[in-house]
This record gives sequence, C-alpha cells and structure tokens, in this order.
Amino acid sequence: MKITFTVNNENVEVDVKPNETLLDVLREKLYLTGAKEGCGNGECGACTVIYNGRPVNSCLVLAPEAEGAVIETVEGLTKGNNLHPIQEAFLETNAFQCGYCTPGFIMSTKAMLEKVPNPTKEVIVERLAGNLCRCTGYTVILDAVKLAAQKMGGAE
Amino acid sequence: MKYKYQSPIKFQYVGKPMNRVDGVEKVTGHAKYVTDMFFPNMLYAAVKRSPIPHGIIKKIDTSKAEALAGVRAIVTGKDVPYRQGIYLVDRPIITPDRVRYVGEPVAAVAADTLEIARRAVELIEVEYEELPTVQDPRESMKGEVLIHPDLANYERLPIYNIEPEKNVFHHHKTRKGDVTKGFEEADVIVEGDYSLPQMYHAPLEPHAAISYWEHDGKLTVWSSAQSPFTLRNLIAYAFKLPRHKVRVIAPYVGGGFGGKAGINMEGIVIALSEKVKGRHIKLVYTREEDISTVVRQGMFAHIKTGVKKDGTIVAMEATLIFDGGAYAEYGTNVVRAAGYTLPGPYYVPNLKTDSYGVYTNHFLGGAFRGFGHGELHWATERNLDEVAQTLGIDPLELRLKNVLKPGLTNSMGQTIHHDTGNVEACLKRAAELIEYDKKSEQPENSRKVRGKGIAGLVKAPAMPTNAGSAVIIKFHEDATVTLQASIQEIGQGFNTAVTQMAADALHISPDKIHFVMPVDTDVNPYEWQTVASRALWTVGNALYRAAEDALNQIKNIASQVLGVAPYNLEVEDDRVYVKYRPEKYILLKDIVMGYTYPDGHSIGGPVIGRGSFTPEMLTNLDLETGQGNAAAEWTFGAQAAEVEIDLDTGELKMLQLVGVFDAGTIINPITAGGQVVGGMIQGMGPALFEGVKYNDKGYPLTVSFTDYKIPTIADIPDEIKYDFVQTFEESSPFGAKGVGEHPMISVPPAIASAIYDALGVNVDELPLTADRILKALEKKKNDN
Repeated sequence: MKITFTVNNENVEVDVKPNETLLDVLREKLYLTGAKEGCGNGECGACTVIYNGRPVNSCLVLAPEAEGAVIETVEGLTKGNNLHPIQEAFLETNAFQCGYCTPGFIMSTKAMLEKVPNPTKEVIVERLAGNLCRCTGYTVILDAVKLAAQKMGGAE
Repeated sequence: MKYKYQSPIKFQYVGKPMNRVDGVEKVTGHAKYVTDMFFPNMLYAAVKRSPIPHGIIKKIDTSKAEALAGVRAIVTGKDVPYRQGIYLVDRPIITPDRVRYVGEPVAAVAADTLEIARRAVELIEVEYEELPTVQDPRESMKGEVLIHPDLANYERLPIYNIEPEKNVFHHHKTRKGDVTKGFEEADVIVEGDYSLPQMYHAPLEPHAAISYWEHDGKLTVWSSAQSPFTLRNLIAYAFKLPRHKVRVIAPYVGGGFGGKAGINMEGIVIALSEKVKGRHIKLVYTREEDISTVVRQGMFAHIKTGVKKDGTIVAMEATLIFDGGAYAEYGTNVVRAAGYTLPGPYYVPNLKTDSYGVYTNHFLGGAFRGFGHGELHWATERNLDEVAQTLGIDPLELRLKNVLKPGLTNSMGQTIHHDTGNVEACLKRAAELIEYDKKSEQPENSRKVRGKGIAGLVKAPAMPTNAGSAVIIKFHEDATVTLQASIQEIGQGFNTAVTQMAADALHISPDKIHFVMPVDTDVNPYEWQTVASRALWTVGNALYRAAEDALNQIKNIASQVLGVAPYNLEVEDDRVYVKYRPEKYILLKDIVMGYTYPDGHSIGGPVIGRGSFTPEMLTNLDLETGQGNAAAEWTFGAQAAEVEIDLDTGELKMLQLVGVFDAGTIINPITAGGQVVGGMIQGMGPALFEGVKYNDKGYPLTVSFTDYKIPTIADIPDEIKYDFVQTFEESSPFGAKGVGEHPMISVPPAIASAIYDALGVNVDELPLTADRILKALEKKKNDN
C-alpha cells in the first residue's frame, strides 16, 4: 500500500507493507538512518522521532499509521549548514560517547523543550527515562538539555 | 647509577580539555554504524537457534525453507566444520552436532528480504535428543554432565590449564610464599563466600555484520567490532584463508564494553557468503539474540584471609569459580586475569589462589569491561570489610595499612616501582571527596538510614606478551597530517585523545591532524585489539616512534638544504628552524613532499612516519605458581559510595558515587571524565539490579530490556565526584595508561560497604536488591 506523509518538511509517498514499522520505512526506504533500532520493542528509545509533535518509539508505529502525519527526525534539525541549538548543546557538553543513542535523546529533548521550555531536573528525568544510554552515565546529557533550554530561550 | 626520568615530549595539548572530534557526526545522526550500511542487491540473513539448553542434534530438515521463494542460501553446521576462539578454540561457528545453551545457532538463511529469511528460519525443522543440563559451575566441576567431551583435543594457547573431566577450561594457580605458615602466624582468620550472576553488556547497537565474498576469493566483512585485526585473524584461521584475502572494515561501534572483542557472530554471515558469492549479506541481531551472544561470567568465590591484630595481612587463600557458560574462548583469559590480580591492590606475602573457568549450559561468558576484576574485587573487598569488622578496625585504615607500595611485590612477584601507581593516594582522595571522616547525616524522623563505604582496585591490561600496535603518520602537501592508528572508536574518545597526543608528538596543532576512520585492515597498520584499557599506553608508544620517524625525515631533508646538522633543527607549527638561529627556517609545506631547489632539482620525498610497539619485558606466567611478568602497567583506583536505605522496604537510593584513579597522565579531562562517570554508572547496574537469570532448567528469563534492566537517567546518584592522581608512567613517553575499565570495578563493594555502615549487615551476593537487604536485616534481628 502507498502512504503519504511529511518528513522533515518534505512530502513523501512510500510503498509499504501493513506490518512494516515507521522505523523500517525511515531507515530502509528513505535512508534516514539517524533513528536507530536498539531493541525493536519500544524499550530503549534509540528510534525516537517526533510524530505530530509527540516523541514516539518509531519501532512501535506501524507504517500505515504514518499516513498524513508530520514526522521529524534528527536529519531535519540542521538548517542549511547550521546545527540546531540542541545539537550544539550536545556537542559543547560532549553529551555522547558511542553516539548510537544520541539521535533518540536529541529528538526526545526537542519534543520536551517545545512543550516545556525550561524544564526542572525532575521533568528532564521523567521525559528522558525512556531513552537508554549505556556509555555516558547520563550526567552530561542532563547538562546538554539544560544548555539547550538556555540556547533556545528558556529562562534560566 | 642516578636516574631521573624526563618525558621527551613537551605537553601543549595533552592534559587540556578538547571537545570530541567525532561530535558533529554523532549529534547530526550522520555517524555510520554497520546497521546503517546498505549495498545494492543486498541479501538479509537470519539465524535458527536452539530452543533447548543441552542436547544432541538428531536431524535438520531444511527442505521446506529451501523451497521458499527468495531464499538464496541455507547453512548448517555441516557446511562450516570449523571452530573459532581467540585463546581456546572451542566454539563452532554453527554447531553441527550438539547444542549447549538456549539460543545457540544451528542454521542460518540468506534471503532477498529479512522477512523471507525469518520465515525460512521458522520452516527449518530440527530434532533434538535432550541431555541433562548443568547450571551451577560448582556442580559442573563434579563432571557428571560433560559439556565438551572433546575438550582435551581442542587447540589452545599453552598458557592455559584444562581439566576436561571437570568441565574446567582454565585453572589458574597463584602460589606465593607459604600460606600454611602465613595462617599459623595470623591472630585472626576471616573467611566468606561471595557471588555474582552473569551480566549483559547491553550496548545500544546490537552485534551486526555484512559479508561480501568475491568470486576471486577476496572476502570483505564490515563488522561492529572492537578488534578488526584479531577478527581478521580468527576468520582467516577458521575458514583457512590467507590473511591478505580477508579484509575487515569496522566503522563506528555503537558500544562494545568487551562484547564486541574477538570474533562473535561474523562467521555465520561469512558462511552464507561462501554459498552466495558476489552479493552482500547483512546480519543484524535482535536484542534477544544479542543477549544470547556473549555475557560477563558469573562467579562463586571463597576467600580466607589471615591477619595480625593490628590489621597486617599475613596470608590469603582464594578460590574463584567462574560460570563460563557453554563456550570459553575469550573467557579463559578472564579467569586467568582475575586469578593473577587477586588480592587486588594490597600486599599479601603468602598467597594461594585457584581460579577456575567452568563450562555450564548458560550463555557464553567472554570479555566484559573490567575483565574479571569487577568479579575478583567483589570477593576480596567484601572479605576485607569483614576482616575490618572482626578486628574492629576502620575499613579504610585496614586498606591503607596493606596497600602495595614501591619495593613490595604483587601476586605475580612483580616489584612495585615509584611510577607503578599510587593506590594510597587514590584511597585518601576518595575518602576526602566523600568526607569519609564524617558519618552520614541521618534524616530526621524517618525510617531511612544512610551510610558510607569505600573500596580499592587495580587492573593491568590482560593481553598476550606480544600484543602490538602500529601507527602511520602521512604528511600532505600543505603540511596537514592524516593519522592511522587502528584502535576502534567505541565511544571512549580515542580519536580525540590520540589527536592531542599526535599534536604534541609532532609539534603541530590538532586542527592539522585528521584521524582516519573507519579502521580497514587492508589499509591500516596492525593493531592487536581495542580492549584492556591499553590503547593510550601501547599506541602512545607507537605514535611517539612514528612522530620521531617523521620528524627525523623532515630534519634530514632540512639539514641538507640549510647546511645544519639535524640535531640542531627543530620542528614547530608550520616550520623547521635552526634551534640557535630561529630566523633561519623552511616552511614544512615546502619540505614534506620533498624539497625542490630553485633550479627544479628535488631531494627527499613524501614524509611518512612509521612506528611500531610491542609490550616490553613481559613473560608468560609459570603454570604451577602464577609467578612471572605478565602485566605491563597498572592503573590503581579507589571508589566510595553513600547510600540511603528504607528500613521497611529495603529500597536503596544512591546519594553519592566517588571514583579516584591513578592512570598516569590524563590526556583529555573531558574524555577521561566521560569514562569515569559512564563506567561508575555501568558498575552501579550489577551492584543494584543487573543480572542474567535462568530458570532451574537453564532457560533464560532476561532476554529484553524489560526483563534485563540497565540504569536509566532516573537511577543516577544525586552526586557523582571524581578525581585523578597522575603518577607519570615511565614506560610511555606520554606517561599515560588506561582508565576505561576501572571505574566500574569497585562500585559494587563500595556500595555493599556503605550498606554495612548504614545497617550493620553484610550482603555478599550481587545484585544488592531490596529483597536481599531486608533478608539480611531480618537475619540480624533474629541473631540478636
């Protein structure tokens, strides 16, 4: 079946099978490989993308559910050759090691900051508890999110 | 002879914070991992696995799978009658006759799509004759169920002792001094049992490989691998190929922690390639498959320590029994390293250690960050706490009384030198950071109790005596440089640190240096492996030689042009100049491709620096006594913890974690700090809740992130503090050694020590769950 949706401000039409996931479509059909498959069960957050303004595990979204949706992936964050302030914040705080979970964390952060521009530590922890990182121990990710909030104009 | 060491390198960039060079690729999502690679006309692979923990394969019927449209190849163990293994060659690529754990590969399929491959796997029919299983390595040693009846015939390095009738794949022995005499001299003897379950690496990127076998015989494998060259070596060995016909390309690795060291699942997809030459085949493991690929070994330990009344240790006797799972291969050396490092960073004059690696019907135990040291320190540090309790001495004081110092010998009989590292300073600094001298402030009107604990640690790289590294430095026309050192970027920040080191070795700025990715065995110089916290030390040495080689070439050309002896020349930034007349110089860009005189004739040629290194003065250990020079350099450390425990629920909250490490020169405080914080949280997981679980028949129960929990952002302590002691390691011109593994080693004993401080109970089994804490409290109540 054919579905159409918006990804990173572009309209796309893709031929999909009903049992395929949005993650498969993004990675294997559109070659947007920033979102990673870490578990395939919605347990790790590495595949997080923004779906109609909400962060979702794209491995749990069936492709047909993307019909008409507005999807944002990490690839859509850079404007021209400029990094997004959240990307800058992760870069400046070195809030990554192997980098495999990083796109998921960045997209969860974006979805959070759009709703809560100046989150407390408790809110950050709650919103990011579904994203697993095995390398950093998370402290630098907390720093990155706080810096990103500042860069995006959240009061500090 | 008077001797005073002076580093030949002037540090300008080393030691300063520098942001990671791999940052932009990683925050944009552009960094490519094997899972992100696609090739035209690529096939997808899936694996048929054993549903039982132990049995004989009676029959495999692949006919229905073969009939499925889109299936291109099916392999079973009969197609690949080869075994693999880095130290002990005990593991079939695909088992032909016998399964030894749930999840063991028995067949594999390559098909046009992953969906077809998975459907074909379901259509493969396998008949088994079930065999009795063995779960507990202590039971396994009775030899009633033999897991590897052919063990005696397997190839292995001669540094390992097998005991085939007891399922033992390695028995390490340390015999130092006279323990009988030592215990006779002791005023007090304290003994106990300490254990921990298997643990899963849980990298966010699962194991993944793509294989391509050309009709001309050349095999190329892209793999998420920590050890591209060792992988090439093991592939070539198993498939009986010449090394130059095997090419391994390893892009960014999405987390390794030891689980991607050596060879893992690559052989399966290569076996499929052998049948479908000329097409790429991709195999990416699911999370469930990844958990059943390799884990950290479980352990049961018994430690007996004899001390004088004042706390001086006079003797120790230790038995470590490792749950090595169904195959040992890499795990043989974990058992050995734990055996030879015991008793940790303390001086014990009379020591007897027996460390056994034992087969069971569990997942196979391999390399894991810490390489046996998290396990051994759990046992020894707990036992020392119990010694301190018996003597009524403070646990820190007991440790400080017995630390290794220059002039003393360690378990292998190696002498500690002034540059070996300073565990005493680490312990004291950790105590300072956690304010060990002040008791925890107890919350008022609460059923919650707080406590503090401390533990020491030490680890050397566990590597063969000839684990070499090589580095190539190529100058370009504009005097910028590419650097090839074949350590994998697995998240640790090597690319950044080595760029800083190269800048100082070459006297040019880091922005003129590009570190070459990915590691490609056809193009890169040799490297043993990205393991053992050894890269800064071993590559540091090779890099220094490569830089000297390049600088000498530059000076030799400049010497001819300027008419000045090479030793009177210096390279700095963009030029080579006369030391005593700095205004006389040649720009590097005019010399690094060779120098051309005004009349056109040229001398020299493109500058390429080459450096090789192999660990110096190492020997194998004596198999009967464990004495010898097996460790090249040691990183010492200390860790401390403060916890709060709910007396009603047993729930534990982490208030503080502290780590202090003597890793010599810290090349980059940012990446070193990243290793420390990340490692401490990775060590907190097995301390508090991580562990692979099986039912009583050997069926695994923890094969997803729902059932196998790793720390989330909600689990981290309120405060994490760390520091470095920097004793210059003189066997490296940079004075640097590793700190990648150490931060996870003594987190569990530090937490257990804090629990005792809070509650007065010892919990000697990991993980330290609420249930175990409550049971210990109840026992204490009943005993009183």
